Amino acid sequence: MTAPLLTLDKVCKRFLVRKNFFGSGRRWLTAVDQVSLVVHQGETLGLVGESGCGKSTVGNLIVRLLAPDSGEIIFDGRNISTLSGQALRAARAKMQIVFQDPYSSLDPRMSVGAIVALPLRVAGLYQGTLLRERVISALAEVGLGEDSLERYPHEFSGGQRQRIALARALAVQPAFVVLDEPTSALDVSVQAQILQLMAELQARHGLAYLFISHNLNVVRHVSQRTAVMYLGAVVETGSTEDLFTSPAHPYTQALLASVPVADPRQRQNLARLKGDVPSPLDLPPGCGFHPRCPLAFDLCTKEAPQWVRIAPGHEVACHLHQ
Amino acid sequence: MPYLILASATKSTLPAWVRELGLTLRILSRNPSAVLGGMIIMTMAFLALAAPFIAPYDPIMLSLPDRLQSPGSAHFFGTDELGRDIFSRILYGARISLTIGLLVVGVAGITGSLIGAVAGYFGGVIDNVIMRCMDVILSFPALVLALSLAAAMGPSLVNAILATAVVMIPKFARLVRGEALAIREMPFVAASRVAGAGHLRIIFRHILPNCLNAAIVLATLTLGDAILIAASLSFIGLGAQPPTPEWGAMIASGRKFLMDQWWYATFPGLFILVTVIGFNIFGDAVRDVLDPRIRR
Repeated sequence: MTAPLLTLDKVCKRFLVRKNFFGSGRRWLTAVDQVSLVVHQGETLGLVGESGCGKSTVGNLIVRLLAPDSGEIIFDGRNISTLSGQALRAARAKMQIVFQDPYSSLDPRMSVGAIVALPLRVAGLYQGTLLRERVISALAEVGLGEDSLERYPHEFSGGQRQRIALARALAVQPAFVVLDEPTSALDVSVQAQILQLMAELQARHGLAYLFISHNLNVVRHVSQRTAVMYLGAVVETGSTEDLFTSPAHPYTQALLASVPVADPRQRQNLARLKGDVPSPLDLPPGCGFHPRCPLAFDLCTKEAPQWVRIAPGHEVACHLHQ
Repeated sequence: MPYLILASATKSTLPAWVRELGLTLRILSRNPSAVLGGMIIMTMAFLALAAPFIAPYDPIMLSLPDRLQSPGSAHFFGTDELGRDIFSRILYGARISLTIGLLVVGVAGITGSLIGAVAGYFGGVIDNVIMRCMDVILSFPALVLALSLAAAMGPSLVNAILATAVVMIPKFARLVRGEALAIREMPFVAASRVAGAGHLRIIFRHILPNCLNAAIVLATLTLGDAILIAASLSFIGLGAQPPTPEWGAMIASGRKFLMDQWWYATFPGLFILVTVIGFNIFGDAVRDVLDPRIRR
């Protein structure tokens, strides 16, 4: 395989939580803990996990809305984890992000034409009539007509707004797009249309996606490879096929068991989880999952597990497989 | 289905802000205090604009034989000690007072909004330094600070306007800062940042336009105060200089005659009162209508 488009190597991000005004009792919240990921040209990597596990933080770190505390983010052969200013702007010119909520991700005071044109203006690539034509063609790609140029976001439905957000992301012809729960806020019928549209755009432009979602069915449908996150750390990665048919990590197994199945006779009794996710302010020692893991043993409480390859391209961080 | 057809048929091709303005005016027209305040303001604006056509006399020309006439058919509001028609002077004074109000609010609104947007957007040390400076201004009573500034700059109408504007800046800065704090966390700002937009572009394209509603409400509410403070400065002699027919200055010169010629100071005073009340009533109503947090 050729060199990956995007590589995350042991990326960490902590947030300072100040307890009181004078800064005493300050604590660190570990949002992303030693996350390593790889995204190849033209593929979709699904990133799944429950709410608060740090999936969106990973997305924000990649597009450098946040700066990592340690680790490296290599995009298109360049380490972008420490860049800033003009160098950062140049390095991330080929990445974009689409957010979950299509209502707050479009400025209500800007016309659709201005919204889609903004990244192009910033890049300084087009002006005047050329700019207008580029905006019109970007809107056409997501199925919106020229008449939407002068209209404002509140005149559009959620699905249409997400199309506008896609048009904005694709106008600058990126190679890689972070999709941060792009369909979670939409009706099921609209979800399918947007997913279909994103697949078409990916095929047409050879885009790579990082598809962040808590909806396992959607991830299974759209991504070639999947990574599972728990408590700020990736616990298992593999091809979507392998991961969904033979999950290796107890957490992945529990997660898959929680997916609703339409057929009651098919209900399987995989591992069920007890208790709550530990506080990221106070991470458990050893493996982060051991307080809830039905299969935990002595070692899990003491040592963090190493990555193990259990099949080509299928890796898991769990002592059971050492 | 007929509803859908109706909705698409009435969809106008007007720009969004025109439609929004129309909607706002329609809501305002259902609010009695907005109508009352609006009527007062429009009357004043009309008198100011039409002053040359309505005023029976020249506001500045002296006519000593007619000095200190009591109100009557020849002079509705009487004359002053130099024989000038007070009614005509009040009409021309409306021009000055309204212009002062708009200038003060314009200067303070633009400066204050820029300061507040910068403070709220950048946050941290910049925010602290800027807002503590604003607190210093706010810690003085508005009139006292305006008075000392005007005195320091020297008596003239322009200086009075500038002094009043400076006093009003912190109000706008605080308001816009609060809005900017919320807006900078919105995903559309993050999207622009990923696209490479710089701070200036984000402040001017996202933060300021989204503060506009709140700033307009505050501007309406502040207009009355601005007129009052500017009139007070003129009353003390730090603002408009004779023979300018400014309301505050007219009260000041009429003060000496208050015992025997009551009309001299009373009529300009009434006009200040009515104008300020008009702006305040209208401003309250606009706030009720435009502020989504207290919209009913």
